[in-house]
Amino acid sequence: MQIELTLNGRPCKAEVTPDTRLLEFVRQQGCASVKCGCETSNCGLCTVWLDEKPVLSCSVLAVRANGHKVTTLEGLQAQAAEFGAFLADEGAEQCGYCSPGFIMNVLAMEKELKQPTEEEIQQYLAGNLCRCSGYQGQLRAIHRYLNRKQEENHE
Amino acid sequence: MNKYVSAPVRKRDAMALVTGQPVYTSDLLPAHCLTVKLLRSPHASALIKNIRTDSAKRVPGIACILTWEDVPNVRFTQAGQTYPEPSPYDRLILDRRIRCEGDPVAIVAGETPQAVDTALRLIKVEYEVLEPLLDFTKALDNPILVHPEEDFKALCDVGADNRRNLCCCGVNEEGDVESKLAECDIIIDQTYHTLSNSQAMMETFRTFTQLDAFGRLQVTSSTQVPFHVRRILSNALQIPKSRIRVIKPRIGGGFGAKQSAVSEVFPAIVTLKTGRPAAIEYTRAESMTNGSPRHEMQIHIRLGADKEGNIKAIDLHTLSNAGAYGEHGPTTVGLSGHKSIPLYGKAEAFRFSWDVVYTNTMSGGAYRGYGATQGIFALETAVNELAAKLNMDPCVLRSKNMVKEGQVMPAYYGEMLNSCTLDKCMEKAKAMIDWDNKYPAKQLENGHIRSVGVAMAMQGSAISNVDIGSAEIRLTDEGYYIMLIGATDMGTGCDTILGQIAADCLDCDLERITVQGVDTDQSPYDCGSYASSTTYLTGMAVIKTCEQIREKIVAQGASMLNCSVEEVEFDGKCVRSLLDQKEVTLQEIGYASFSGSYSVISACVSHTSPVSPPPFMVGIAEIDLDPDTGKVEIVDYAAAVDCGTVINTNLARVQTEGGLVQGIGMTLTENIQYSPKGNLWNNSFMQYKIPTRLDAGKLRVEFESSYEPTGPFGAKSIGELVINTPAPAITNAIYNATGLQFRSLPITSEQIAMGLLTKNKE
Amino acid sequence: MFSAKQYLLAQSLEEAYVANQKRTATIVGGMCWLKMGKRQMQTLIDLSALGLDEIAVTKEGFSIGAMVSLRQLETHKELNQAFCNAFAKALSPIVGVQFRNCATVGGSVWGRFGFSDVITLLLALDAQVELYPSGVIALEDFIKMPYDNQILVRILIPHNSKPVAVQSHRNTATDFPVLVVAASVEQDGTLRMTVGARPQKAVAVPASLSLSDADLNNHLETALDKIPFEKNMRAGKEFRRHLASVLLKRAIAQLKEEQSHAN
Repeated sequence: MQIELTLNGRPCKAEVTPDTRLLEFVRQQGCASVKCGCETSNCGLCTVWLDEKPVLSCSVLAVRANGHKVTTLEGLQAQAAEFGAFLADEGAEQCGYCSPGFIMNVLAMEKELKQPTEEEIQQYLAGNLCRCSGYQGQLRAIHRYLNRKQEENHE
Repeated sequence: MNKYVSAPVRKRDAMALVTGQPVYTSDLLPAHCLTVKLLRSPHASALIKNIRTDSAKRVPGIACILTWEDVPNVRFTQAGQTYPEPSPYDRLILDRRIRCEGDPVAIVAGETPQAVDTALRLIKVEYEVLEPLLDFTKALDNPILVHPEEDFKALCDVGADNRRNLCCCGVNEEGDVESKLAECDIIIDQTYHTLSNSQAMMETFRTFTQLDAFGRLQVTSSTQVPFHVRRILSNALQIPKSRIRVIKPRIGGGFGAKQSAVSEVFPAIVTLKTGRPAAIEYTRAESMTNGSPRHEMQIHIRLGADKEGNIKAIDLHTLSNAGAYGEHGPTTVGLSGHKSIPLYGKAEAFRFSWDVVYTNTMSGGAYRGYGATQGIFALETAVNELAAKLNMDPCVLRSKNMVKEGQVMPAYYGEMLNSCTLDKCMEKAKAMIDWDNKYPAKQLENGHIRSVGVAMAMQGSAISNVDIGSAEIRLTDEGYYIMLIGATDMGTGCDTILGQIAADCLDCDLERITVQGVDTDQSPYDCGSYASSTTYLTGMAVIKTCEQIREKIVAQGASMLNCSVEEVEFDGKCVRSLLDQKEVTLQEIGYASFSGSYSVISACVSHTSPVSPPPFMVGIAEIDLDPDTGKVEIVDYAAAVDCGTVINTNLARVQTEGGLVQGIGMTLTENIQYSPKGNLWNNSFMQYKIPTRLDAGKLRVEFESSYEPTGPFGAKSIGELVINTPAPAITNAIYNATGLQFRSLPITSEQIAMGLLTKNKE
Repeated sequence: MFSAKQYLLAQSLEEAYVANQKRTATIVGGMCWLKMGKRQMQTLIDLSALGLDEIAVTKEGFSIGAMVSLRQLETHKELNQAFCNAFAKALSPIVGVQFRNCATVGGSVWGRFGFSDVITLLLALDAQVELYPSGVIALEDFIKMPYDNQILVRILIPHNSKPVAVQSHRNTATDFPVLVVAASVEQDGTLRMTVGARPQKAVAVPASLSLSDADLNNHLETALDKIPFEKNMRAGKEFRRHLASVLLKRAIAQLKEEQSHAN
């Protein structure tokens, strides 16, 4: 069946089967940043935005995106590079395989939570697993990123 | 003055990774690539009586279905080790005999995943289900044989005997351990048990294969050991190595899992049979059931000391569960003794003996720590038990007994310890956590208990006299360098770290050095990234290569300046005559080397090491324990690490933090449970619980660098060491909070709460 | 991998209901659970177009559409104000924000899973389930019903506010609960307590106990002895029985504190 959606700001029309998941669909559309790390909705690697909300693309039917707005890291390159630089400066991206899903959720959190506490940050991102970093460097990067405007003012 | 070494240099590939560029195996699939999936056995032990694939083959889009009759009948090992591999040659690509749940029964390749799924459902297999051997403590000489085959083969003399379910056995000792133990005032005589653990790297096993223009098999794989994969494929497929090329793109984590060629053979044989590109991606369940996890071990320790707490003798026996196949079985077990016992330098005698046995459980492999993790959990817990028995602070007991720089370590292959700041690590970690005020525990107002626990750890840096690291550097016409390495960056950052070393050796900006990851046709031979070898070993190869290429640059420059090499200096940018200050730039030298009158400038040097200098660390855990629910939270974890000179301060810190959290998971939450028939229950992230960021706690890392004379810029390894302290340190903290002594992992909240209930009733 | 041949975006409950009478059809909730199976289905029925993704504040209490996500429940201001933040507390440990943006309350309740934090809490709030076509039924009865081919339309909470507390114990922060409990207080001080992840479906504690009962702890123990607990891979039955008592006492303490604040 045919679906029409906005993918990374551009109109997109495509044929999908009813059982196609958004994960496979966006990868077929060239959004290779979206990864799959499990079959049980536990890892957060496949996080994309559906109408600005972070969702697990492995658990969303592609047909449900019909008429909606889907955003992957391919559509947020400037933001990804801006936050990613903080992550890279901690060395916390490591293998990088969880980075796109993690960054999608960090950027969603930035929009949704105003001045989150450390506990709120950790809660919001708990669904993003990472096996390399031990999470500490990610948290350091988030703090620096969220405080970047103040730091800039200091300089 | 070093510009890059010991600096927090950003990884060269970082921005590509954080912006989600298509750089991993599955992002690079060729067009019209066949999807390969495996039909796997639901039984832990069985014989295939009959397979019918006719109706599956008729599914539209199916290109090929292979069963045991279609594969070479020659046994091989998947273990990525230097030839001759210590791991027995005990597997076929597809075998009639099923030795564990998930053993492959058929390989199906088709145009789409849907077609392959349909075909998989249509294959009819008739099994003769056999009683599985699941308890590894009963495996030796059990009437059930896991490997009854006649063509079982061990290339090395590791004491393997498939008629006894024995993958390997042996003993190593010095001094008379029995008489020394007899002299001791106190003996801790206990048995410790650790389960298998899954590496749980975020990218599961995956490979794609295709034929190149010359009809050779080109393999792109998420692997830590490209050169070993070439040999493994050659053995498994019975084709010459010269027909195989292996390429490693960026890889999504390994932690040792990808030191075995888990997924490579399946698409490779499909490509050979069909001539078509083929790709396999393991599901998480496949990765967890048929991957290459940590070996389950049972370790019996007798630890003897006098009343003053001087440790006199250590007797350690390890029983390791190889599972269905022997990959890394004979080698991981060695580290359980060789990388735990040497921590205690005063012991006058030791004995380390081992048996590695086959069972019908999932087959083991290499996981960060590689047996040392298990051995250190056992020995460090025994030492903490000794401290309790002596009523002595466990830090004081350790400071009294720990190995010191300049000592010869009999249990560590007789090596001399050239660099060690374990004593400083202990003082540092104690200060970081405020040990003297916090030990052993205190009760909080909310009824919780805060306590601390300690452990030490060591590892090695490469396998001495076996591992080889190499680097090749070429000067190009603009005066920049291409560095080719065979070491595999798996996210750890070695492409950057080795670049840092080269940049400092060549006095140039890091940007002037392009580091190219592994392609077995292009890269110089390197055994791969495992055994904590890359920085230490390949790092030295880089230094030697830089020395050589500097000489060549100087020679060329001198010739262009009409001087002798003694009359010029090279500052990284120019070769300058000391006679008249005339100079030629590197760029000019580069251009000249590409013209007829001069020769192309490149150097390639390999390095191996007769020693494997151990890095050391001390870890102290501070926990919050809720006695009613048994819940343990890591409040603070102080880690003081001696990895010699730290080459990249950021990456070493993150390595440490990542290793600690894996160790925390192993200690508290990562459980492995089988059904009575031998089916793994914990085969997903839903059931195998690795720590989330809410479980990780707060970690703090400090470095107490020694200087290792045989390492690059004084560096030793760090990658594996860092997983070893959490299990014994947290176990000790739980003891200090509750008086409950656990000797088996993981320690669940249930065990703690129920243990306290029982204890309080007594 | 699951498969399906057709997709029906239902335009009415009746259309969904009719389509759902076939054995090979299934209603799609959040997909989180469904996609893990290997079911080969003919038709996926989607309720997304029926406006069931809203939480309405009614005269009687709250009406929650079946397609409301767990994240909506967790972050809904009025709902959390009315029930002592219990929805935020009960739902935030479930996997992660992205998961809770997908998973629906209808799917969670329809599944009648033993491990459900949501059902345990809703049960303590005397929730009801609106089914199509049979109508409204108490959640307590619904979870005992066999699976049928009706449509779960809404969850109704018949209170504008009620003091309630939830407590759970988990092996990791975002895992299924080893045990989850909830307790609420009626106007007259009577406690309504529920225990979930026993590991079977949540049940109400079979006793009429009052928050002011001087011997509440002992009476609670007696009542808890009547509830069956079992073992699964997360924990054994003795530990669950022990946790039930620990966690309910904590929930009760929380309610008492709540009450002293109110006074």
